Amino acid sequence: MDALIHARGLTKQFGSITAVAGIDLDVTRGEAFGFLGPNGAGKSSTMRMIGCVSPPSGGTLRILGLDPVKDGSAIRGRLGVVPQADTLDNELTVKENLVIYGRYFGLSRADVRKRADELLEFVQLSERADSKVEPLSGGMKRRLTIARALVNDPEVLLLDEPTTGLDPQARHVVWDRLFRLKQRGVTLILTTHYMDEAEQLCDRLVVMDGGTIAAEGSPLELIREYSTREVVELRFAGEAPEIGEDAFGDLVQRVEVLPDRLLLYTDDGDALVPVAHERLHPQSVLVRRSTLEDVFLRLTGRTLVD
Amino acid sequence: MTAFALASRTRGHLLFERNIMVYRRAWMTIFSGFFEPLFYLFSMGYGLGHFVGKIHGVSYPHYIAPALLASAAMNGAVYDATTNVFWKLRYGKVYDSMLATPLGPVDVAVGETAWAQFRGLLYAIGFMVTAAALGAVQSWWGLLALPAAMVVGFGFAGVGIGVATFLRSWQDFELVQVVLLPMFLFSGTFYPLSVYPTVLQWFVRVSPLYNAISLVRSFTLGHVTWYCPLNAAYLLAIGVVGIAVARRRMAGLLLT
Ligand SMILES: Nc1ncnc2c1ncn2[C@@H]1O[C@H](COP(=O)(O)OP(=O)(O)O)[C@@H](O)[C@H]1O
Ligand SMILES: [Mg+2]
Repeated sequence: MDALIHARGLTKQFGSITAVAGIDLDVTRGEAFGFLGPNGAGKSSTMRMIGCVSPPSGGTLRILGLDPVKDGSAIRGRLGVVPQADTLDNELTVKENLVIYGRYFGLSRADVRKRADELLEFVQLSERADSKVEPLSGGMKRRLTIARALVNDPEVLLLDEPTTGLDPQARHVVWDRLFRLKQRGVTLILTTHYMDEAEQLCDRLVVMDGGTIAAEGSPLELIREYSTREVVELRFAGEAPEIGEDAFGDLVQRVEVLPDRLLLYTDDGDALVPVAHERLHPQSVLVRRSTLEDVFLRLTGRTLVD
Repeated sequence: MTAFALASRTRGHLLFERNIMVYRRAWMTIFSGFFEPLFYLFSMGYGLGHFVGKIHGVSYPHYIAPALLASAAMNGAVYDATTNVFWKLRYGKVYDSMLATPLGPVDVAVGETAWAQFRGLLYAIGFMVTAAALGAVQSWWGLLALPAAMVVGFGFAGVGIGVATFLRSWQDFELVQVVLLPMFLFSGTFYPLSVYPTVLQWFVRVSPLYNAISLVRSFTLGHVTWYCPLNAAYLLAIGVVGIAVARRRMAGLLLT
């Protein structure tokens, strides 16, 4: 498989701030690849370098086999970009936004009109074709930005936090569209700080923190490698009691103490619950499967969304 | 011609296309500032001119009409190049979205210059038609005033775009006015250079508007001399420098 994106020791420096501190990446055609990490992890900086709108400060970066510094324009012609903040043209209507964007990519006027209608259909905005952009809801704007990114039929779609700030229903609509694109074979590269989004959409992801990659794998692999099958969450009326790692012997592999709760990582939640009840007298007990959130906590000692 | 030629050779013409899309609906707004030079022609040319008599054997309205035509081209170009480009750069995020496509900073700089020049040309045409109807154009050379206005528009559009990339807030537009108003009043608009002492004359000669007025006036009065290509070269040069500066600045501001 050819690597669409290939990076070695990629860094981005803003003055004295190191936003990206030497990362290695290989994204192959057709996969949905994610960057999972909290605010400030360096996700957007990485995405902007891949989008050829931010020159790397160091390391090597190849996109579609080309050099982003020399061949930026040619590369951008084959990418679709959904930036973190919408950059829709507020002086134009919904459909005009797609038409002119297609023209920027060199499509003919006739082709781009047809394409715009198809894309509006795809993101369910046909009824709003002649509306201004301003009055659209956040979810609609996001969908329009996604449609706009698809106008040139890109080989790779870059999505920087595609659903941040959207309500749950709007998020599901976006996820559904992205899922369809994935099925059509479009290579997706997305960033998120939502573990559910990463789990839903990504075949493979990297956990990013402080400008570096802490771990890499499929969501399942990461959970298997860095967490246990289940987690028992205990909440207390007052402060959580101090307990050691081996307080429960073999039953608990790891303990995390958070401000509001205690997490016991185990492979057998059902067996652990009665024991935990008896020993610690928690106010409430919840048994759940491990998630990427737990992976992140294990890797960085911090929670993903605060 | 000028920026249009550059725009068609780069992807800059796509910015022109975008702006047409915008103004197709809001074409009325493009006429803000359109009438200003006409007011000057009436009040100064015909009103004040009544007491002035002739300058160099030319009636006063005939004398100031080409200057006002050059100012019209300047105003249209500068207004668009500063106000609109500043807004798009700092607030509208219009260029951010363009730079994610095959377009680059040079396309943006050239395309917006072409558009600003076009606005200047529209103002110049509007003024020309009115002035000609009033008989304020004396020579067939006057027809060359419009291509001259394009050169004027190009010079000021390029400089305007270069300047726009340095503006940080709307307050900074005061500074643009601080330069534009005296330039308008003292660039040989309303009286010949010969009223100034020699030192001051040389100062005025480097004013872009002086060169613009000198060029347009040569054509409308039919006094075409070897100064004309010099004036034109000067205006083209400042336009090109402005575009080059804008290209660099935009890359620095947007491609971080
Ligand atoms: N244009 C910039 N100038 C200076 N610092 C920046 C700039 N962009 C990002 N940073 C800094 O780089 C770090 C990483 O930011 P970013 O890539 O936006 O992270 P993320 O997208 O994961 O939230 C942060 O500390 C941020 O403040
Ligand atoms: Mg970000």
